[in-house]
Amino acid sequence: MEQTIKSGVYKLLEKVGDQVNFFLSFVRHLLRKGFEWNEFLRQCFIIGYKSFPLIAVTGFILGFVLTLQSLPTLKDFGAASYVPGMVSVSVVREIGPVIIALISAGKIASSIGAELGSMKVTEQISAMEVSSADPIQYLVVTRILACTFMIPLLTLMADAISLFGGFVGSNLDNKVSLHLYFNKAFNALAFSDLFPGVIKTVFFGFAIGFIGCYHGYHSNRGTESVGHAANSAVVSASLWIIILDGIAVQLTNIFAYN
Amino acid sequence: MQDELTIETKQATEAKTDDNNIVIKVEHLQKSFEDNKVLKDINLTLCKGENLVVLGRSGQGKSVTIQCIVGLLDYDEGSLKVFGKEIKELLEDELKEIRLKLGFLFQSGALYDSMTVRENLSFPLTRVLKMKDDSKINQEVEDVLDAVGLKDAIDKMPGDLSGGMRKRIGLARTLILKPAIMLYDEPTTGLDPITSKEISQLIMDLRKKYQTSSIIITHDLACAKITGDRILVLHEGKFIAEGSYKDLEKSQDERVNSFFK
Ligand SMILES: Nc1ncnc2c1ncn2[C@@H]1O[C@H](COP(=O)(O)OP(=O)(O)OP(=O)(O)O)[C@@H](O)[C@H]1O
Ligand SMILES: [Mg+2]
Repeated sequence: MEQTIKSGVYKLLEKVGDQVNFFLSFVRHLLRKGFEWNEFLRQCFIIGYKSFPLIAVTGFILGFVLTLQSLPTLKDFGAASYVPGMVSVSVVREIGPVIIALISAGKIASSIGAELGSMKVTEQISAMEVSSADPIQYLVVTRILACTFMIPLLTLMADAISLFGGFVGSNLDNKVSLHLYFNKAFNALAFSDLFPGVIKTVFFGFAIGFIGCYHGYHSNRGTESVGHAANSAVVSASLWIIILDGIAVQLTNIFAYN
Repeated sequence: MQDELTIETKQATEAKTDDNNIVIKVEHLQKSFEDNKVLKDINLTLCKGENLVVLGRSGQGKSVTIQCIVGLLDYDEGSLKVFGKEIKELLEDELKEIRLKLGFLFQSGALYDSMTVRENLSFPLTRVLKMKDDSKINQEVEDVLDAVGLKDAIDKMPGDLSGGMRKRIGLARTLILKPAIMLYDEPTTGLDPITSKEISQLIMDLRKKYQTSSIIITHDLACAKITGDRILVLHEGKFIAEGSYKDLEKSQDERVNSFFK
């Protein structure tokens, strides 16, 4: 019993150490010259282009459902006109960033994990290393930065689409003009809603890229480790998003509402 | 051809006595993976211009040995010098410099899946040599493809190539940096006898063209016969025999003998 706990703790510490090391090497390579602009843009394109449909549908349904669910209750209180504001605040502050990040973790972290994992298994990463080309700079730095950059953008798009979903939902019940709806939605939003909502997606994006790359880059030999890399990338990226969100909520409460 | 080979062998053996001619020197190398002691006591020297063949059955640690040489794996004990420099003690930049002089052909070819053959080959040129001139890059790519006899494959994806073609492209990708030492990890495994022979011949042609010294890891006797000036037999983490193909053929040792049957 004691032995298993000991070896478990030891393994955990080893993993943490590995991740810290990986992070430091990311920073070192980031500061080095020879940034791979082409690969970075290609990754941005892949991430944005491949995830957009999924994120658009999710965003739309988010706003749509939220509206349909809350409308009857608020109507009972004669507060139906608060629906746009309620939807926009809850989507922009919390639901949008978290849901989109979790979906991206499933889509992007897993694909990065699998891609780098299979490159590792087929010795492509070793081949880069041996030829003195820099696999961290080419593969890792570009992917992490692309995620850090694209996830906030995708979230903002999803937020906007979600407001539109809310508009459609409201219209099923009662005709509202687009102008009026968005007016109400934006009036309810304060800078202190938007800003923390966007900032935390930057961290979510980083976590998705970093965890995906870490698990792919450190996968073992053998083909089954590719699946394993993809799987653990999704699991730990999702976990990290939840944890970061908890921290972000605390920080916003301290700084924005005091 | 045969005569040429014997002359070269002689030169290689003569050169062996001269320290300046040694490009790789490995002494008492040991390496374990957890409880699995793979390399127990590896000693080898590679001289300039020599083709050294390492024969050994599957799982004896052949790949591990050359991965230690290029610094992909850390070794536990012993000394491993490439151009007189101890690999373990090198800083990142120094290791990079040494690696520039080493070419490594992976067992699988290790082509970059997401890039065309052209991009595969120009990758080391743009990333390592920092070449910018497109026409020059194209020229180099075409030259080296010509050298391995696969000019037509230039715009194909690695997925569309056969095993033998992938090995050749992998070879071209290492050659494009004009390494002084080539390390071949089973260049002929998984290929039919005729293609194997072509690859072995190619190794000889390339040595002539680029003046490389090579370590060739294999369990393919035909390849060993064509390419090897000197042959080492690896068994359970140690070399148990050394000599030319003819010497080893006559060996009384059961473990060596079993290869030649
Ligand atoms: N990175 C590694 N981690 C753990 N064990 C390893 C690693 N690399 C090799 N081994 C082990 O070392 C031993 C020798 O492997 P190696 O790949 O060198 O064999 P080989 O002689 O090249 O065989 P083959 O002809 O099949 O390629 C095997 O038992 C293998 O399991
Ligand atoms: Mg091997």
